[in-house]
Amino acid sequence: MRYAMAIDTRKCVGCSDCVVACQTENNVPHGYCRDWIVENVSGAYPIVEVELRSERCNHCENSPCVRCCPTGASHIVEGGIVMVTHDECIGCGACIQSCPYDARYSHPDGYVDKCTFCQHRLQKGQNTACVEVCPTKCLHFGDIEDPYSDVSLALKNRTWKVLAPEAGTKPQLYFLT
Amino acid sequence: MKEELFISGRDIPNIDPFLNIWHWQIPLYLFLGGLAAGIMFFAGLFTIMGKEKQMATTVKWAPFMVPVALVLGLFALFLDLKHEMYFWRLYTTIRMESPMSWGAWTLMLVTPLSMIWVATYMKELMPRWNWKFDFVEKTVAFFTTKRKEMAWAMMLLAIILGVYTGILLSAFNARPLWNTSILGPLFLVSGLSTGLATIIWMSKDKKERYILSQIDLGLIGIELFLIVHLFMGFLAASAVQIEAAELFLGGQFTVTFWVFVVILGLVFPATLEILEIKGFHIPIWIPALLILFGGLVFRFVMVEAGQITRYLY
Ligand code: SF4
Ligand code: SF4
Repeated sequence: MRYAMAIDTRKCVGCSDCVVACQTENNVPHGYCRDWIVENVSGAYPIVEVELRSERCNHCENSPCVRCCPTGASHIVEGGIVMVTHDECIGCGACIQSCPYDARYSHPDGYVDKCTFCQHRLQKGQNTACVEVCPTKCLHFGDIEDPYSDVSLALKNRTWKVLAPEAGTKPQLYFLT
Repeated sequence: MKEELFISGRDIPNIDPFLNIWHWQIPLYLFLGGLAAGIMFFAGLFTIMGKEKQMATTVKWAPFMVPVALVLGLFALFLDLKHEMYFWRLYTTIRMESPMSWGAWTLMLVTPLSMIWVATYMKELMPRWNWKFDFVEKTVAFFTTKRKEMAWAMMLLAIILGVYTGILLSAFNARPLWNTSILGPLFLVSGLSTGLATIIWMSKDKKERYILSQIDLGLIGIELFLIVHLFMGFLAASAVQIEAAELFLGGQFTVTFWVFVVILGLVFPATLEILEIKGFHIPIWIPALLILFGGLVFRFVMVEAGQITRYLY
């Protein structure tokens, strides 16, 4: 099993509902976020193109954050989800330095925090909070090894890209273009 | 014409707009670690060569600085931790893939070793010294007979420690400026040089200083070579690394790096050392201080600039 997410950049309207849903669901402290919206404008007026992306931890298959963690607080659980055990984390910041996506932050309580793919919800058979609230249904989540999962079906007939593949981390967020 | 504009709805402290999660503590820690490694290496080396008498400061006096530097360095590291009450977690596991982990373990070995080394010379340096307890006396006496073995261990651990200060950074491929294997040897050589500078500063013996200055000149030469190599490597690499190099070649770190690190921290003290060797009278603390200062600035610049370099946004 391998959890992954596909994000439809053509459907996303940049409303930030996913950001707020995550902050509420996961008690993210004020001023911080585990997912965020990037608005990428390219071209020169009048020919411009906008790409909206809802980004979060890529739950990389070759995760440098797990490798460099001196205590094992950063680890991988079933389905390839990268997790941080708060009371094993010493807050050294090595994993923050190692993430090409800047997906981690230092929680005001000291430990490092990031997206968990709402593992606590998955265990109950629910979907992630961000997917659940997205008004345009542009987020697709599921087991990428299952050809009939939401994410596999979304990737099937579309072109997609991953961000910074050259960083070599094998990211698991797929952006439909 | 093509413009690009990014707007991110994110403003997380210490992450946006530029990563700044490591402050002064880490460069100071790297500096002190390198300095300690330098002193230990040469103390070990001259002991193995049987030159305790000729190189008395190197072997006997300067190592006093090692535990001091290491404890201060560890304290700086401790201050950097954001969840410091869980510090002990570092020592409940060894993770070979994590430089931070094996570095912490190396320090765990090196610090007591350097203290024992100093203890074995205590009586020689302060004849009235008394260990108070019998078992301490006996333990120290035992280690005094084992100096050669300790010297080997010190040399080996010094190299590991010195390289570690560079690998700690170079292991992060997310930061293009750090992600080069030259950083390990470069930090090692720079650390050895700062260690030497400390010994030269402490030494009162002209002959000893003369030998050390010659070694230091060699090290500075290697360091300059590695720095040129570093930039050659960057400029021939991928876009993100070219961008990283540009921070030093016209970008915001150009002056700090080339003036304070390369000219004032390497070229100028090397020139002074050459003059000293040629017989001119140069107050010894000037090149020593410059080298130490250059080494410190070097680490600050590398840590700060590295955090700015990135793949995205
Ligand atoms: S995106 Fe960053 S934090 Fe997430 S798994 Fe990859 S390297 Fe680790
Ligand atoms: S900050 Fe915490 S999770 Fe990150 S590398 Fe350090 S100990 Fe591991």
